[in-house]
Amino acid sequence: MEIKGQAWKYGDDIDTDVIIPARYLNTSDPAELAKYCLKDLDEDFVTKMNEGDLIVAAKNFGCGSSREHAPLAIKAAGVSCVIAKSFARIFYRNAINIGLPILESVEAAEKIEEGDEIEVDIDSGEINNLSKDEVYQAEPFPEFMQELITAGGLINYVSRKVDSNE
Amino acid sequence: MGMTIAEKILAAHTEKDEVKAGELINAQLDIVLGNDVTTPVAIKEFNKIGLTEVFDKEKVVIVPDHFTPNKDINSANQAKFIREFAEAQELVNYFEIGKMGIEHCLLPEQGLVLPGDVIIGADSHTCTYGALGAFATGVGSTDMAAGMATGEAWFKVPESIKFIYQGELNPWVSGKDLILYTIGDIGVDGALYKAMEFTGEVIENLSMDQRFTMSNMAIEAGGKCGLIAPDQTTIDYVEERAERDYTLYESDADAEYEEVIEYDVSEIEPQVAFPHLPENTKGISEVGEVEIDQAVIGSCTNGRIEDLRIAAEVLEGKQVADNLRLIILPGTQEISKQAMREGLFEIFIDAGAAVSTPTCGPCLGGHMGILAKGERAIATTNRNFVGRMGDPESEVYLSNPAVAAASAIKGKIVSPEEVI
Repeated sequence: MEIKGQAWKYGDDIDTDVIIPARYLNTSDPAELAKYCLKDLDEDFVTKMNEGDLIVAAKNFGCGSSREHAPLAIKAAGVSCVIAKSFARIFYRNAINIGLPILESVEAAEKIEEGDEIEVDIDSGEINNLSKDEVYQAEPFPEFMQELITAGGLINYVSRKVDSNE
Repeated sequence: MGMTIAEKILAAHTEKDEVKAGELINAQLDIVLGNDVTTPVAIKEFNKIGLTEVFDKEKVVIVPDHFTPNKDINSANQAKFIREFAEAQELVNYFEIGKMGIEHCLLPEQGLVLPGDVIIGADSHTCTYGALGAFATGVGSTDMAAGMATGEAWFKVPESIKFIYQGELNPWVSGKDLILYTIGDIGVDGALYKAMEFTGEVIENLSMDQRFTMSNMAIEAGGKCGLIAPDQTTIDYVEERAERDYTLYESDADAEYEEVIEYDVSEIEPQVAFPHLPENTKGISEVGEVEIDQAVIGSCTNGRIEDLRIAAEVLEGKQVADNLRLIILPGTQEISKQAMREGLFEIFIDAGAAVSTPTCGPCLGGHMGILAKGERAIATTNRNFVGRMGDPESEVYLSNPAVAAASAIKGKIVSPEEVI
């Protein structure tokens, strides 16, 4: 899967209420949720971004509510990857479970500037900053999580397990 | 090396005798929980797995509490979708409006969550049940779906941080203030991925209601769970409710902690968390002049009977400030009945407060008290993020019920001592 696009930068503690405000949670349709992605943080985000762009944030991205609508909205909006110094744990689980690529890298989060052209190899965790000609290495995923990612998310993984038990 | 309470509970739900922090495990689940916002996504994912039945009709619990009684057509459609699923699956523990309460007030009250359990809930405040000595943590809808299918979930066994609370509590200081103070100290990611363990003489003397409040907000420090070792207070609470066996665990004396943090509570006054993070705490004496338009008393954090009693104590014989809305949301129908029996509703209504049926409502900006642009609320809820209770340009200040009630009377944030 190719991950390549422009970086949009945000700060610390971006919570799931600003990623997708609760007033839009009366639906679970990803296309509908995508319209309001990051609305209370950066009102024009979905109109100014292009398919494939990346979100680059600081620490504790996705804190707060467990709403899976948050990674769903980001994914459906066309964001190809979220890079952060750290992720809140429920968001981290949810992103892996639904197949939204995420990477932890303090160096990338600090050095990437808004507008930089970024290319990511999700398997190796290599983050290539094409604008600055720099390469950053993300934290590797534990083996089990790599299995989940390779399987295409938790539901595929569980479906295979259920099938093999039958 | 000994084990922490978190490690012991998790180990007991695997085939292993012992687990260690950092290990990835698959654990058996005692309860899988969802609400009306998270369950629709979970049902769609569950259906993709290809199973016709959930793993256990008694262990899957669904509580439509967020946008109910339904606030609009879309949320009514979502509620209908999960109601039909609950009917088709013959779920024993689906709670319809009228029997429903705020999930984290309701499950302990109904004896559905017990000491020693492993619980996942598609709601971040599932960590509330740590107050009973259960390993309980919030997950997303897909984890809920997998849990409904298999009765299992994967976990990374968390490192633990031990918090020791010593000393004498000051007047009007409650479990809410202890947890706000703690979050103010360690920050909103101070316990990221970790188990928080609340200990010390102060915790031993806290009521169950106040313990629930503390464990409830572990997630606001990034915690995976907020555990309190069960004791006689816990046993007294669960004994009259439990319909199955339960197990009491406590950490070994030589258990390993990533960090041990001690607080002298005699230095802690009632806390107020300023916008827009729960870590922005100040003691009530440092708040200054903050006028408010609305006060909210309720939620999974502070919607229990003891919270209502404290609010009533402050409000009795007083009047809510002109043009201020005080909204009180009891956590469950049982709590409502108890409050009625004790005459608390009469006190609230005489003071000029609106009393609601149980709902998460305004806490997450759903309904029942949304803020307009530029408005400010004090709330006993758990989050004060941008736009949390309404317009992105509104503000939420978090406090305990006594401070919220006193502030409703004065129209600005004040200590209960200013009205009593």
